[in-house]
Amino acid sequence: MVRTRTKSAAAKGGAPRFAPGDKVRVADRPAFGHCRTPWYLRGKRGEIASIHGTYRDPERLAYHQPGLPAQVLYKVRFAQREIWGRYDGPQTDQLDADIYDYWLEPLR
Amino acid sequence: MHKPKHGDHHDHDHHDHGHDHDHNHDHHHDHDPHAPQKDHDAGAAGAYEVLEEAVRSLLIQKGVLSPQEIADSVDLMDSRSPALGAKVVAKAWTDPAFKKLLLKDTRAALLQMGVDIGAAPEFATVENTAKVHNVIVCTLCSCYPKMLLGIPPAWYKSLAYRSRTVIDPRGVLVEFGVEVPEDVEVRVHDSTADLRYIVLPMRPRATKGWSEGELAAIVTRDCMIGTALPQVPAKGKRAA
Repeated sequence: MVRTRTKSAAAKGGAPRFAPGDKVRVADRPAFGHCRTPWYLRGKRGEIASIHGTYRDPERLAYHQPGLPAQVLYKVRFAQREIWGRYDGPQTDQLDADIYDYWLEPLR
Repeated sequence: MHKPKHGDHHDHDHHDHGHDHDHNHDHHHDHDPHAPQKDHDAGAAGAYEVLEEAVRSLLIQKGVLSPQEIADSVDLMDSRSPALGAKVVAKAWTDPAFKKLLLKDTRAALLQMGVDIGAAPEFATVENTAKVHNVIVCTLCSCYPKMLLGIPPAWYKSLAYRSRTVIDPRGVLVEFGVEVPEDVEVRVHDSTADLRYIVLPMRPRATKGWSEGELAAIVTRDCMIGTALPQVPAKGKRAA
């Protein structure tokens, strides 16, 4: 489901850096102000589950900026045992979150 | 923003006031009979409540919005309900082509049913199977598929649900009466960004031959959040 609702080059954003199946790590850095990358996922390793498309950058939109360049948004899948030091449920349990390109780092 | 006739649409998480409210009708909204009223008159207004009132008054004074537009918008919000989501689920249960489209491109599938998401956030449907049970949460705020389910329940917005569902989803689900077997993966969806999620529950086996209307009747709001499973009434009693 890749969808781009806007047309200019900046609004289209760049090509996806990652493909489904790629291993990624969420950047472990602080953010000031509006941010859609939850703290509990910072520095955690996951895998690209799918590419949602490009969306205007919420960290800029929140401050009345156009939110450009648009960012590729990925569905990233994490193993619960990776997120939490101690997860009591089955090891197969997972968590999906939607993360913007500039918060992801390639793994290996 | 609250409509006066409804008592259950809270934007805050704590609503367990007693019924002996200490009414103090000294609010300054008396000048505008159409202004949304608070659900409870008890207690001092919170910071966000004051902010909302201030912004709303300014928007009206500057002619950006009229009180009527605000009321219409509240009405539109109130007109959406889980019944719409249930219709979508029932159709997916009975129409394989529709189900395929729903899972691949929820916006297009909804359009087929005459529901235009328009400028609302993108939608995605996640399917419960014999191997995966999905549950939806928004840890950052309380993103919710309002277009299909209407106003979220207060618990969905509570700090407890939002924080516990990601760290102990099975524990939370048990409290909702849903025990997911160990060999079924629990997959939590934290709606952190531009998508809103809805769960497509598994169709109960005992519903063979049921019509879409009968099926829709057993799809509750919580089934589509992932905190409940469709229940077949005893003795095969069906609702039309």
